Amino acid sequence: MKTILNEQQLAITIQRLSQQILENHLGLENTVLIGIQPRGIYFSDRIVRQLGSELTAGKISYGKLDITFYRDDVRRGLHELNRTDIPFSIENRNVILIDDVLWTGRTIRAALDALLDFGRPAKVELCVLIDRRLSRQLPIQADYTGKCIDSMITQKVKVFWNEKDGKDEVELL
Amino acid sequence: MQLSTKHLLGIRDLQPDDIQTILDTAAHFKEVLQRPIKKVPTLRDVTIANLFYENSTRTRISFELAEKRLSADMVNFTVSGSSAAKGETLLDTVNNILSMKVDMVVMRHSASGAPHFLAKHIPAAIVNAGDGINEHPTQALLDAFSIREKLGSLSGKKVAIIGDIMHSRVALSNIYLLKKMGAEVTVAGPPTLIPVHIREAFDVRVEYDIKAALQWCDVANILRIQLERQNQPLFSSLREYSLAYGVSKRLLDSLGKEIVIMHPGPINRGVELDSDVADSGQSIILQQVENGVAVRMAVLYLLATPSPVTIPARGD
Repeated sequence: MKTILNEQQLAITIQRLSQQILENHLGLENTVLIGIQPRGIYFSDRIVRQLGSELTAGKISYGKLDITFYRDDVRRGLHELNRTDIPFSIENRNVILIDDVLWTGRTIRAALDALLDFGRPAKVELCVLIDRRLSRQLPIQADYTGKCIDSMITQKVKVFWNEKDGKDEVELL
Repeated sequence: MQLSTKHLLGIRDLQPDDIQTILDTAAHFKEVLQRPIKKVPTLRDVTIANLFYENSTRTRISFELAEKRLSADMVNFTVSGSSAAKGETLLDTVNNILSMKVDMVVMRHSASGAPHFLAKHIPAAIVNAGDGINEHPTQALLDAFSIREKLGSLSGKKVAIIGDIMHSRVALSNIYLLKKMGAEVTVAGPPTLIPVHIREAFDVRVEYDIKAALQWCDVANILRIQLERQNQPLFSSLREYSLAYGVSKRLLDSLGKEIVIMHPGPINRGVELDSDVADSGQSIILQQVENGVAVRMAVLYLLATPSPVTIPARGD
């Protein structure tokens, strides 16, 4: 086991990613944030909280997306369903998808399909905490990356969140 | 997540956990149905045959929409204009359809037990869409979903099922389901339409006075008088039935409390239910129909997905 990000590094990373998002989407006027269920939403909650503290005016449009029905392995077994909650239109808006770990790219492929059923966004970007860059199975890249790591397909990256797991940490198992 | 059964033949075979899973899954599909594109690609490799050996509007359309919104391929079979009219047996018909690579069968049949018979003889998953006077499980599930949506839960709720209990598969499925989920049930109607031993068999209350039943309940599920299943007169006239057992606005107003009115359809307006009640704010009849699609999507989704070999770790 190896610690990739400790509590302090995680906080700094979230702060940096939020500022990068603001740099490209000043004021977030035409931009919405969507966290991917189930594990991505802990990360997106933090990003949204950070953005909220940096933003002086305006409300952040923040939704959650469950991609189970769009998975390419949906028929290989039943997966736990989670809530989808996108209480605004994404038509012609900039969407930032947020997930904790970008690995094979299959989740993001499913998320793109699911997202397009809610409307036609002007632009979609991807923000991830950890990019396992050598394990991609589809041509998908992140626009905002917390940390890039090289890992073998047999290894596991586990992201711990205080509100769920009792500590803030990212580990390579 | 996995149901304890391969088919949905009746509520009788389901565990409370299965019912919970179906209702929870249906809530997710209800959300899908609110989206701009009310369709998910989940079952696009599944083919479903709808076999309707008996007339149906609501149930058939509801199943068809559920299948389409799951992206399943579907074929429809109705008995008129098919080989069944030429004397082909049920098993032959189904085997012929299955040899064209059909994965699931949704069947309505006038003979009680027809889907159970099929389940024993064919490999496909069977969903009972109503068999004779036995069960209509998806109706009971959508009724339960609608009650849960309106009142928050089923446990401890008082439900009166009113009307033709004897010939109603909706009543039987509802009784099984409500008892399994901890609700209290009263059946009410004329003595000739209530089976004699129902009290002991199902642990339900029996009431012959419609007002007393309405006064007792939180939810009244009012059933249609099924003249087509009665081969002897069980009450003197529809007008007399309506006077003694019909639910009118005046009767509801006299209760001094607001109860939820349900009806599985089709309604005989002015017989078991007056128009001003059916169209009132107390009635959730159209919500029942809306929920029917979500509940049937849940049932098809849960039965179509094969048992998990291994669920791959979610890392990406």
